[in-house]
Amino acid sequence: MTAAEPALQPPPVAAIVRPRRESTSSWPLVDRLAYWLCWAVGIGLCVVAVGIVLFMFIKGISALRPNLFVESPSQGVLQEKHSGGFLDPLIGTFIVTAIGIAIALPVGVGIAVWLVEYGRPRWLMRTVESAIEMIAGIPSIVLALFGLLLFARSFFGLLSGSTSAGEVLGQSFFNAGIVMSVLALPLIVVATREALLQLPARTREASFALGKTRATTVRRVLLPSIRPGVASGAVLGMGRIIGDTAIILILLGTLKLEGAGGAPLLSTLRGTGSTLTYYIYYYAPTGDGNSPKKAYAAGFVLLMIVLGLNALVTRLTLRGSGERAAVRGIFVRAWPWSGGRPWGGGR
Amino acid sequence: MERGTAMGRGAMKPTPPPPVRRIAVDRRPRVVQPGVPATSDAPIGEPGNGAGAAVDGIAGPGTAIAERPGGVSAAGTPAAAARRRIVRPSSSPPVERMRLESVSLAYGERWVVRNVSLPVRRGEVLALIGASGSGKTTLLRSLNRLTEITANAGRAGLITLDDEEIHTIEVNALRRRVTMVFQQPNPFPMSIFENVAYALREQVRENPARALLRSRRRLRRSQLEPAVREALHRAGLLDEVADDLHRPALSLSGGQQQRLCIARALAADPEVLLLDEPCSALDPISTAVIEDLIVELRESVAIVIVTHNLQQAQRVADHVAFMHLGELIEYGLAEQLFTEPRQQRTREYISGAFG
Amino acid sequence: MHQGERPHHAADLAAHVRAAARDRRVELALGALAAGTLALILLMLATVVIGGWPSFSTNGLSWFGPGAGASGDPVVQFRAMQLGVPLPGHPLLYFRAWPLIWGTLLSTVGAVAIALVVSTLAAVFLTEFAPTPVRRVLDPVVRLLAAVPSVIYGLVGLLLIAPWVSQHLISNARRESVQYVVQLSGSGLLTATLVLTVMIVPIMIALTANALANVPPAWREGSVALGVNRWRTIRRVSLRAARPAIVSGMVFGTARALGEAIMLAMIGGGRPFAPNPLDGLTFFYEPIQPLAASIVKEFGDNPNTPIGHTVYAIGAVLLFSAALLSLAGWAVRQPLKRYGIGI
Repeated sequence: MTAAEPALQPPPVAAIVRPRRESTSSWPLVDRLAYWLCWAVGIGLCVVAVGIVLFMFIKGISALRPNLFVESPSQGVLQEKHSGGFLDPLIGTFIVTAIGIAIALPVGVGIAVWLVEYGRPRWLMRTVESAIEMIAGIPSIVLALFGLLLFARSFFGLLSGSTSAGEVLGQSFFNAGIVMSVLALPLIVVATREALLQLPARTREASFALGKTRATTVRRVLLPSIRPGVASGAVLGMGRIIGDTAIILILLGTLKLEGAGGAPLLSTLRGTGSTLTYYIYYYAPTGDGNSPKKAYAAGFVLLMIVLGLNALVTRLTLRGSGERAAVRGIFVRAWPWSGGRPWGGGR
Repeated sequence: MERGTAMGRGAMKPTPPPPVRRIAVDRRPRVVQPGVPATSDAPIGEPGNGAGAAVDGIAGPGTAIAERPGGVSAAGTPAAAARRRIVRPSSSPPVERMRLESVSLAYGERWVVRNVSLPVRRGEVLALIGASGSGKTTLLRSLNRLTEITANAGRAGLITLDDEEIHTIEVNALRRRVTMVFQQPNPFPMSIFENVAYALREQVRENPARALLRSRRRLRRSQLEPAVREALHRAGLLDEVADDLHRPALSLSGGQQQRLCIARALAADPEVLLLDEPCSALDPISTAVIEDLIVELRESVAIVIVTHNLQQAQRVADHVAFMHLGELIEYGLAEQLFTEPRQQRTREYISGAFG
Repeated sequence: MHQGERPHHAADLAAHVRAAARDRRVELALGALAAGTLALILLMLATVVIGGWPSFSTNGLSWFGPGAGASGDPVVQFRAMQLGVPLPGHPLLYFRAWPLIWGTLLSTVGAVAIALVVSTLAAVFLTEFAPTPVRRVLDPVVRLLAAVPSVIYGLVGLLLIAPWVSQHLISNARRESVQYVVQLSGSGLLTATLVLTVMIVPIMIALTANALANVPPAWREGSVALGVNRWRTIRRVSLRAARPAIVSGMVFGTARALGEAIMLAMIGGGRPFAPNPLDGLTFFYEPIQPLAASIVKEFGDNPNTPIGHTVYAIGAVLLFSAALLSLAGWAVRQPLKRYGIGI
């Protein structure tokens, strides 16, 4: 057969048959079951998430009143279910988060910079990387225990108040904040490290070629360009701090702000108090307060804060250069499959 | 006219092609140790650093020596000239297996292949040649409906396998009868045995009588082993790997991996074997081995090979189809097309005016 | 050389030397900071072990075992320590952690097992089967689940799931059958394990889905071209390639489950108890109080009391487990490179 004649006109567009994706109807039953199971799990997860948010939303909105935001918690003998608010816990959350991030951010960035830019000797670098991962895996309750034992010594007397017996209490906003910073540290280190690794080598080479030292390069060139990455790590750290209860239980633990005496700000910071998480734990049915309505209201506020932070992280990471996910560590920064890649590639 | 003069780097006399004589390639069994480079094959994906170093754990492509059209090495010597010709004709007359009738393929609104009609026969090798973008690869992929995995692919025309339109056959069953080997060897991250047995296991599963049975482990290795060995033998790989079939497939050299992929494709006993530039990532010796393999296989399987290497097409093909910008310019016997092409375009391509 | 140039050169040289010295100082300072993390871990280990030492030394290895008879109940043991009155025939620091350990094992292993299946299916769905609009919804959903604080999980469990379980799954007959031993409320092994599963699923999905998305397309295309349908391709090629990530996810999930204190304290059931599999279905409703939750529930505020020592001993056990898990996670990442699978 020889097609020697000149090419015919291409068939009209209407004649194009477009095949559909491989339908599963031809698969064996077992495979179809697996396919449906995948679908079920995917949809099920959505249902669970929506369920949690809806539940807290509905219960929380009904229990939420403006005065809750501005009143301190009441601690009467009777269950005063309609009085008191969570002003103190809100302030407490803010203080603890601020202290935690204020410590974790510079330390974390510094460690990440050393890991990526210096990193000698190499055995030390690898050990430190493993150590950061190990710290990420330590339960917060254990961190809290460690913190208490460490800070309840007269050496750290400045950081907290004293008991009536004159011993160092060990519980204060300072101490809670310091331990919280350990919580946030791995997140910040990982985020900064990944961001630094994404920077092309020529950025550094160009700076060195101009005669700048490594320290100056880091400070003037590298750090400014990784701000979104560091910011997303910091926000993830904040989310983790805000959501933690165990450290507050051990290292704070009074509903209302109780100062430790002395100058106003210092007194508060050396004193104890609570956070939103502790407030919820206290007023949950299993806590001493057992006032579900208050728990719902505070829970709703907490959830909104955390979701807001989450959305902030998404915006920060997408506004960055859309790098691959940093999975070594705890949370994912940019999920590689969102953005969609059709099954198969074709040519 | 000797093709050599037009393409050539050396002086070639315009003599008629020498009598057909098969040059045997050294097929002595070579014992290959994993990690130790065989004579000229460089190991691909060395355990521990090849795969690990790659960003995504992809087994690297290994020695990608692309053969340029006009293969420098072969074109100078008389011995090479003797080698250049096709082997002896097949023993039985070719049987038509697939037929394309007025096939057109489109991506989106853009026509990539226009109005192509070809037969595919068992007992012969059909080579699709042409410059890049001529649509030959797309045409090849349409033969086992692989174009469907791309969104926006469209088709018109008729493709039949044994007189059955391929779009009426269930797609996976079709792909087991018309299998494909790709340009880059892509053995799975399993042992050699498991790679070849892959399609066999799946085939048994899809058999309705066994569909509800628990798992593929029902097929014990002892039951699969004969079929695996047979496939490896047909692919010419058995001698080299028989000592340990359970080695990781990625410890093989590039040429061996490609032959493994061919064995894998043969294991399902297909009717048609599609080869998409199978040797372009391999060194000349592996290429020669595979070309001999192709010629041997055509007895049992219809073979369609896409190649941009004209000399390779000359060496292995019985019929050649030359495509340009999506259209079939010329189709004919290889000897005829390469010595006396009828179309001007073909003449230009063969003489290297473009490509 | 003219007179004027020499001071110019000297000043430059001095500046360079100063800059290099400063660079060196910065490197040392940051290096010290980094090494500080090692010091932190060691300090933590030392501190917690020292804090818990009295409990370990009093009880020896039987610390991990079950006690006998009535005094084998941790509730009784804790009360004795609180009152300062030792149990008859036992020292004040007498403690047998087995019910706590058993509760931890049950909830952790159960949660990780269920989460393994769920997260693998969900990751496959997310990367392979979900149409793009669904994917765009599921993506933030998974991140949301990861971000919810554990106290909210506890609240939802207490106020939504536990009452439902109590009403619909626990019959009065069942309640009566064990009423002399424990009170069956909706909070127990089943509820706690389920909520724990939901908590650890997101990180496992993240790791698995990332690995699945990075499977070389060549393998997938090769499998499809051999006539293997999509699910089988995923099952035999993609999931195999993602195995290190899946195992890594299990390690992370186990660490998270081990360390979960607040949620389990709220919906574990309220008392330390070793559920008995021989009880049949009741086994699933019996209360548990895993190790981390026990710390939360039993600790007062003074580390130097008997309860304090016991709690610190529990903390030391948790810390060692976390460290071991971390090492296991590192070991798992020496992957199946032989077969061409990396992470």
